[in-house]
Amino acid sequence: MRRAVLIAVPYAWLLALFLIPFAVVFKISLSDIALAIPPYTPTAKDGIWNMLSQLDFENFIFLTEDDLYWKAYVSSLQIALISTVLTLLVGYPMAYAMARAPEQWRPTLLMLVILPFWTSFLIRVYAWVGILSGEGFLNQFLMWIGIVDAPLTILNTNTAVYIGIVYTYLPFMILPIYSALDRLDGSLIEAAEDLGCSRIKAFWLVTIPLSRNGIIAGCFLVFIPALGEFVIPSLLGGSGTLMIGKVLFEEFFSNRDWPVASAVAVILLLILIIPIVLFQRNEQKQVEAEG
Amino acid sequence: MKTTLLSTVAAFAVTGVALADEVRVYNWSDYIDEDLLTKFEEETGLDLIYDVFDSNEVLETKMLAGSSGYDIVVPSGTFLQRQISAGAFQKLDASKLPNAENLWDVVEARTAQYDPDNAYSINYMWGTTGIGVNVGKVQEVLGEDAPMGSLDLVFKPENMEKLQACGVHFLDAPTEMIPAALQYIGEDPDSHDPDVLAKAEPILMGVRPYVQKFHNSEYINALANGDICVAFGWSGDILQARDRAAEAENGVEVAYNAPNEGALMWFDQMAIPADAPNPEGAHVFLNFILDAQNMAQASNYVYYANGNAASQEFLVEDVIGDPAIYPDEATLENLYTTTPYPARVQRTVTRMWTKIKSGT
Repeated sequence: MRRAVLIAVPYAWLLALFLIPFAVVFKISLSDIALAIPPYTPTAKDGIWNMLSQLDFENFIFLTEDDLYWKAYVSSLQIALISTVLTLLVGYPMAYAMARAPEQWRPTLLMLVILPFWTSFLIRVYAWVGILSGEGFLNQFLMWIGIVDAPLTILNTNTAVYIGIVYTYLPFMILPIYSALDRLDGSLIEAAEDLGCSRIKAFWLVTIPLSRNGIIAGCFLVFIPALGEFVIPSLLGGSGTLMIGKVLFEEFFSNRDWPVASAVAVILLLILIIPIVLFQRNEQKQVEAEG
Repeated sequence: MKTTLLSTVAAFAVTGVALADEVRVYNWSDYIDEDLLTKFEEETGLDLIYDVFDSNEVLETKMLAGSSGYDIVVPSGTFLQRQISAGAFQKLDASKLPNAENLWDVVEARTAQYDPDNAYSINYMWGTTGIGVNVGKVQEVLGEDAPMGSLDLVFKPENMEKLQACGVHFLDAPTEMIPAALQYIGEDPDSHDPDVLAKAEPILMGVRPYVQKFHNSEYINALANGDICVAFGWSGDILQARDRAAEAENGVEVAYNAPNEGALMWFDQMAIPADAPNPEGAHVFLNFILDAQNMAQASNYVYYANGNAASQEFLVEDVIGDPAIYPDEATLENLYTTTPYPARVQRTVTRMWTKIKSGT
């Protein structure tokens, strides 16, 4: 009995915070746009049976007919992928240094990584507007030390979006990698070195594989929110920055077409869920094979 | 998706606890003298919650979602008309608005095309959509005789290519930018014919590579700071930028011109949502705004003309005497208005706009 209750908790959580909202969004994606409150038809007011019989996949077909959506998905995947790699490249050395730091420093270093979260995400992204703009700190500094003569255009470009994403999601990359590296048994590296590995080789053959789970967790934590990111591309990106989060906003707020917006969201979810499920299956098989 | 759900729940929670002595107003950003807000609270004893937005589309999404929790919202004419037909607003109670006698019949006649008999709304401010320039920088780029009062400045690729270096912002408002492009090529700016509308696309596509950003409020500061040199924006916002630059004494001289080819004239209307938690308080707020001196104080601060005839004697010369704000007869002739697009056409228009903004 107690076990059933314990298992029911996460399932109830999943049902209330994922499946039900998903069902609502999915239902809207099968509806038609209307000038009414709410702005789609049919609704439950028309009677459940009546409502179900009027649903169709028209909006999904619409998405395939216009290459904007396809391009936005691809461009978001690209931006999310590149930012994830960049975040890993910046985050791994930081996590490594933290894990290697003397024991008494680590809580302070950990604190420093978490500290930015004390300020609102929006304010931190807005701060980058001030740093990167034509008259901003970065350009003034670069001009002062004489590297450039005219201000660089960074704000309102994809470069600014990458900077924003890497900056914002860095802690999500550092923390899981740090926790993996922190648990790493130092004697394994000593053993590898005793057996003739150079330090670099020991790093590649021992440290990296043993922190693999941290790397994977960090990459997922960065990649998934970056894919649907809206705030960063809209504040830092330019008119040419094409991301699905922006398209979703446009559909919802500019076109006021909730059904198409919902269809875009459903597809985005599928793009995210299918690879993750496949990945997890694969992992499980590996664990089973090893076990 | 989770956040949407949470914020919806939060919105409901907020609506649920709205108190009878609280008035919630949702107005455009940079659109009031904040001293008026304190004055309202002092005079009426009501608590005022004042939130801002910067696009009609965002407001409409909230209105059509329902339960916005606001008592007063401020859509522009064409959007007001759509939302009235969706059932988003309640009729005003004239008996609670004694100051409505201050309204200006000239403006009322025009707003009646969106809201017949002005039954659902009162005019807050009105203005034109035109071109804001950093005079010094534009002359530096295009020479002394730069066409600063003409749509040539923003719709001619040769000019825009040169202006790109100092930065150009356009409004992110398809229902204003597309009519402007149509006006530029001599078509009817209020056309609802998809074939005519399609003619605006090459004009806007031709200059989009040179537009740094499509945004509805950032250009005020960007223009004032000298970060950009041209903004296609709203009259009063650009005049506010002019003021901010003058106050900062940063050497930036901003000027506004309604294009001589003709400019869009728009009206921002205050209305009460059908499900407003405190319609009583909303009427108190409207009546406060309709007061001649209060309205004049707002206009003097934001540099927009208002629909209040009695307020005109309290307007400073900078406002009432500026033809960019209160156009003379000749300029008035040159202004056009638009009407809302039907749903199908709306889809074509917004799709064209997405293409223009993103290049695909």
